[in-house]
Amino acid sequence: MEVTTNASVEQTQVWGGGNKPLNASYGKMMMWFFIVSDALTFTGFLVSYGFSRFKNINSWPIADEVFTHFPFLHGIDAPMYYVALMTFILIFSSVTMVLAVDAGHHMNKAKVTFYMLLTIIGGAIFVGSQAWEWKNFIKGEYGALETRGGQILQFVNAETGKRAAIQEFALGIESDRATHQSYNGIWYQDEKALPNVSVAEVKKGFLADPSLVIRTQQLTEEGQKTVLTRDASLAKIDEAVGVVEGANLIHNEYGNRLFADFFFFITGFHGFHVLSGVVINVIIFFNVILGTYQRRGHYEMVEKVGLYWHFVDLVWVFVFTFFYLV
Amino acid sequence: MAAEGHKLAIFRGLLKFKSNQQKIWGVLIFLSIVTTIEVALGIIKPEVLMSSFLRMKLLNWIFIILTIVKAYYIAWDFMHIRDERSGLKNAIVLPLVILIPYLAFILLLEADYIFDVMEAGFVAWDF
Repeated sequence: MEVTTNASVEQTQVWGGGNKPLNASYGKMMMWFFIVSDALTFTGFLVSYGFSRFKNINSWPIADEVFTHFPFLHGIDAPMYYVALMTFILIFSSVTMVLAVDAGHHMNKAKVTFYMLLTIIGGAIFVGSQAWEWKNFIKGEYGALETRGGQILQFVNAETGKRAAIQEFALGIESDRATHQSYNGIWYQDEKALPNVSVAEVKKGFLADPSLVIRTQQLTEEGQKTVLTRDASLAKIDEAVGVVEGANLIHNEYGNRLFADFFFFITGFHGFHVLSGVVINVIIFFNVILGTYQRRGHYEMVEKVGLYWHFVDLVWVFVFTFFYLV
Repeated sequence: MAAEGHKLAIFRGLLKFKSNQQKIWGVLIFLSIVTTIEVALGIIKPEVLMSSFLRMKLLNWIFIILTIVKAYYIAWDFMHIRDERSGLKNAIVLPLVILIPYLAFILLLEADYIFDVMEAGFVAWDF
C-alpha cells in the first residue's frame, strides 16, 4: 500500500474497533439496548392494562380491597403494606448491587462478594414474597357469585358493612353431586374440582340471613363499589349461575376477569425477570469468588448484570404504582 | 470507568456528595422517602386530592409523577446514566420518552372511546 504508516494506524483505530464514540464497551451497550427493548415490552403490558382499565373504568376492582394480606397478621386488613415492604426490599437490593459495582471499580473482591450476596438474598426474598402474593390471590378470601354476563356479585353484611364470606353463610343442601371423574363417563372427560359450596347453598344461606346484601362490580361516584338494598339483592341473586372462589385466568372473585389476567401476566413476567436476575447474579457471584474478574483486571461483568438488576427494580416501581396505588 | 469519573451532585447541584458510596446512600434515602409518601397517600387517600384533573384523580397524577421521579433517580444514579456520554444517554432515553407516552396516549384515548360506546350504546353488556 502506498499510504504512510501514520495514516494506516489511524485507519485501524477508526474501523478496527479501537474507537469508542460513546465511551461504553460493546457488552454494556448491548445490555442497554436490551433494556430499552425490554422496557418497551413492559410498556406494552402496562399500557394494555391501562387500556382495559379505562375501558371498564366504572367497574374495575379496587386494589386496596384485593391485596390486604400481611404475613402472620391473619384477618387484619393491611392494604398495600406488604407490597410496600417488597418495594423497599427490591430498592435495597438495588443499592447493594450498585455498591458491588462501586467496590468493583476499586477492585475490592471481598466487598464485591459481600454485596453480591446481599443482592441475591434481597432478590430471593422478593421472589418468595411475590409467590406468597400469588398464593393469596389465587386462593381468594370471601368468594363470590358470578352471573351469566360474567358480573361478580359479592356479599356484604349491611349492619357492619364488612364483607361476608360465602363459605360462612351458605347453608348445606343434601345433594349427590360429586366431582365428575374421567373413569365414570363414556368419553373419559373429567371436570375441574367443584367449589366448596354450590349456588343453591349460597342462595339458601343468603335468604336465611336478612342482614346480607349484594355488592356489585359497579363503582359509585365516590369510587366505591355499589351496595344494593336487600330487596334489590333478592332480585339480583337469581341471576347468579356460578360460584367463584379465588382467581384464575377465567374466573376472578375480585371483579373483572381482566384484572386477574393482567395481574398474572404483569407480575408474573416481572417475577420471571427477578428470578432470571437472581440466577445471573448467582453465576456472577461464583465468578467473583473464583477470582475471574480479578484476573481479567476489571469488574465490568458486575456492572452489566447490575444494569439488568436495576432495570428490574425500575420496572417494579411502575408495576407498584399502576397495579397497587393508582 | 474510574471511580473519579462519577458526578456526585444530585438535585441540580443542590446536594453534593463526597464519594460515590455516599451518593448511593443519599439516593436510597431519597427513594425511601418518596416511596413512604406514596404509600402514606395511598392509605390515607386525602379528600382534597380526590378531585378530578384532566379526567383522572389528582392523587393518581401525584402517584405517576412521583413514580417518574423515582425512575429518574434509579436510572441516573444507580444505572449511572448521569456519567454516560450524551450520545448514549439520548440513545437510551429518547426512544422511551417518545414512544411510551405516545403509546399510552393512543391506547387510553381509544379505551375511553370504547367505554363511551359500551356505556351509551344500545347493546346490553350485563345480561
